[in-house]
Amino acid sequence: MLFLSMLPFILLISAYLVYSNARLAANPGDKLLPSPATLASTIHHYAFEEDERSGDILLWTDTAASLKRILTALGISAFLGVAIGLAIGVIPYVRATLASFIAALSLIPPLAILPILFIVAGLGELAKVLLIIIGVAPVVVRDLALRTAELPAEQMIKAQTLGASTWQLTIRVVMPQMWPRLIDALRLSLGSAWLFLIASEAIASTEGLGYRIFLVRRYLAMDVILPYVAWITLLAFGMDALLRIVRAKAFRWA
Amino acid sequence: MTQITVKRLWKEYEGQVVLENVNLSVGDHEFVTIVGASGCGKTTFLRMLLGVEIPTRGELLIDGQNLPQEPGPDRGIVFQRYSLFPHLTVLDNLLLGLELSGSRVLGRLLGARRRAAIAKADRLLDAVGLDAARSKYPAQLSGGMQQRLSIAQSVICEPKILLLDEPFGALDPGVTADMHELILKLWNMNKMTIFMVTHDLKESFHLGTRLLVFDKVRVDSQAPDRFGATITYNIPLKGHRSIQTVDAACIVNKTENDGQNLPQHLLPMQ
Repeated sequence: MLFLSMLPFILLISAYLVYSNARLAANPGDKLLPSPATLASTIHHYAFEEDERSGDILLWTDTAASLKRILTALGISAFLGVAIGLAIGVIPYVRATLASFIAALSLIPPLAILPILFIVAGLGELAKVLLIIIGVAPVVVRDLALRTAELPAEQMIKAQTLGASTWQLTIRVVMPQMWPRLIDALRLSLGSAWLFLIASEAIASTEGLGYRIFLVRRYLAMDVILPYVAWITLLAFGMDALLRIVRAKAFRWA
Repeated sequence: MTQITVKRLWKEYEGQVVLENVNLSVGDHEFVTIVGASGCGKTTFLRMLLGVEIPTRGELLIDGQNLPQEPGPDRGIVFQRYSLFPHLTVLDNLLLGLELSGSRVLGRLLGARRRAAIAKADRLLDAVGLDAARSKYPAQLSGGMQQRLSIAQSVICEPKILLLDEPFGALDPGVTADMHELILKLWNMNKMTIFMVTHDLKESFHLGTRLLVFDKVRVDSQAPDRFGATITYNIPLKGHRSIQTVDAACIVNKTENDGQNLPQHLLPMQ
């Protein structure tokens, strides 16, 4: 089974090697499909050697900057998701006030208001984090509001017959059942979170994984872009796997 | 002492009459079983006792007081499904009622009070035979075990009234017999009044001290929603049968013979 699941990856890498070889045989200066040796030396340069100009090891500086942005944004989105989503799900007045507003908000294409963010929040960290939050938080809020509303009415009535107030109902019955759903919502949002991160870094930044890719694009530096893309994919996969494991371990009932 | 009085109770939804002119008086420590055809308002009646449905007209009194218009700890409920909290273990499900009433802000008990609550829960776990499953989650329990837990969960708060909405409807016949024993045991332990909606006539005779049959007295075939159901039979059981004009055993036999669960051929008393 492991072999079968690895098969597509092996095929993809083999195809790359074959085509890279063929192109380099025709033109040793070809930049589109760099050889494994070129990739290895570039990776070594970016991941283990200090940059001559800044003195930083670029891959790690970029990774740290990007992770800080995306984790901050996901953390804030998770907080907003629980706070607002639960309030919409549990309190009818809040639902009546906010539900359609959040629904409308979530349909604004975040990239379309990126210029507004840069104008209002400046070109610093704030605008980038805000873009991710604007892209991710409404989806998490809506998801948790829907999941809350899906809890069987019987459970709520039962809790009331056990003496629960609205507050107790929220913290003892609803909220504990929302944690695994929050993790699911975050896992599903990871893809768009990375998309918004790279978009904002591409436009205005001085460091970050997305910044680097777009910086070296003008030199056709595929030997940098390809390892960076693979690294970003690996990071996203790692975050997804981590969330999956936390969910399985911490919420055995779900 | 719990005395429940229902006076000229009506329930309508936008032109559809569900219940009409329901009158009832139930004394302390009764076990009231409720039967009737599907859609004849048995569950609506139970939900009004629970406080999640409001009567359109009439009075619903407990000990002379109007019934509160929302569910509260004096009335426990067991539904056919979804009564348990899936994120809590068996023990925590049982503790929840004590924790909610004991700690208004946190909803959790700590230290000595928690230990006292656990001791009380332990006795009940023992009584319902779930001691071995105390640290399991509801999803890991069989249907019968889930309903045992759900009943114990309601009983731990010592409600004056326990409402059961077809609690054994989804269980195997063998399991149901155990459940009957259990519910009678808890009923005698806690001296509460029980209302139980059921589809099973035999069960209703076996368990109840009083059997209520809900049915429509008047039917207009042109406007089926025009008239609602009411209590057509109010039969005291357990030794009181002689005062009834209906032979209760005869109802059971008849329905068993023609394979029906429900007394559809029972015409209302004219």
